Amino acid sequence: MASLKELRARIGSVKSTKKITSAMKMVAAAKLRRAQQKAEAAGPYAVAMRRMLGELAAAMAGQDGAPKLLAGTGGDRVHLLVPITSDRGLAGGFNSNINRRTRQTVRKLQAEGKIVKLLPVGRKGADYLAREFSDLIVDRVIGVGGKELPFSAASDLGDKIVSLLDAGEFDVCTVIYNQFRNVMSQVPTPLQLIPLGLDDAAAAEPDANAAQYEFEPDEQTLLERLLPRNLQVQLYAAMLESAAGEQGARMTAMDNATRNAGKAIDRLSQTYNRTRQANITNELIEIMSGAQAV
Amino acid sequence: MPIKVEIISPEKVLVSRDVDMAVMPGEEGDIAAMPEHAPMMLLLRGGTVSLYEGETVTDRYFVAGGFADMTATRCTILADQAVPVTEISIDSATARLEELTEAWDAADKSDITRLDGLMAKIQSVRAEIEAGLPPE
Repeated sequence: MASLKELRARIGSVKSTKKITSAMKMVAAAKLRRAQQKAEAAGPYAVAMRRMLGELAAAMAGQDGAPKLLAGTGGDRVHLLVPITSDRGLAGGFNSNINRRTRQTVRKLQAEGKIVKLLPVGRKGADYLAREFSDLIVDRVIGVGGKELPFSAASDLGDKIVSLLDAGEFDVCTVIYNQFRNVMSQVPTPLQLIPLGLDDAAAAEPDANAAQYEFEPDEQTLLERLLPRNLQVQLYAAMLESAAGEQGARMTAMDNATRNAGKAIDRLSQTYNRTRQANITNELIEIMSGAQAV
Repeated sequence: MPIKVEIISPEKVLVSRDVDMAVMPGEEGDIAAMPEHAPMMLLLRGGTVSLYEGETVTDRYFVAGGFADMTATRCTILADQAVPVTEISIDSATARLEELTEAWDAADKSDITRLDGLMAKIQSVRAEIEAGLPPE
């Protein structure tokens, strides 16, 4: 059995761990609120952009020469996966869920005979994937998951993807990110960005038949400028959701850790007290048997 | 009858209110959104969006390019970046202009798409500086 001194030391160390995890939980809760506000603030732009794309796609329906971003390259041989993870750990299953999902997707696509390329965003994903698929990684983006998360982070990433597409490096691009359900649950979700599935266009159509739109300079040019921007906006939305999810996951994980630490302290204290009492009893017995012997 | 104008940047909504007219910098010339305007979608260059109530300009915003979507009752401006004119920092804009000019000098003069992109950015920053200068 552990000595009293050892027990005291362990109780002390678990107590300080508990202090740290409970502080981290508070911090995560505050950051979560800010991240959620940011994600909400970015909503209107995405909505307006989708509406405009829907109108444009409706106006251009039946015309040839749709840009690659919308229609794809025509093939689906080379897949580019963009898993979005956080730069920092201690967030429960947040990053490992994404990593596992990415790994499964890579294996599945490879089994189908496709070529897979990876562009991980966030240090945790990049490190994990580099261990197993280092030859598949074309590029990595690290250090954008901070509290600021400016739009330029998403637009740089978008530009990178577009230039890879223009260079004929891939046919299909899919982002894998943690969708923010609520504080407790983040769901790893694949979202195909290229070619763009314009399901939303159909939904926007009733609005479009009200009056014929005029376009300046023309539909084609507008579409060519809107699509890369749309890609950036979708990436930004995914990154914001992931950032909010990270804080949510960390908050939950740290809440659990704090509770576990509390339980561990209770258990250790009980052992400590029992041991202490046993020691006292032992000493008393020794004194009494000593007195009897005299 | 007013028209509902929204200026939205990727990060947040800057303006959402009713005005009588909004003049914005279209890529092919300035254009005004007014009630009962025919539905229109256009590209914006870097420049100032002026919001009118009656005959007076109540607010001016600088937008660094983007898109606008106007209909008879509303006008949505999707700006790449947007700031109220009063908050423009001339110093930071001048610094960016210098950076871009250097990039222009260093750029490969046969790469037309890159040159076009740079030129659009340079003009946008110039417009920003101009918009930020105090009125004389």
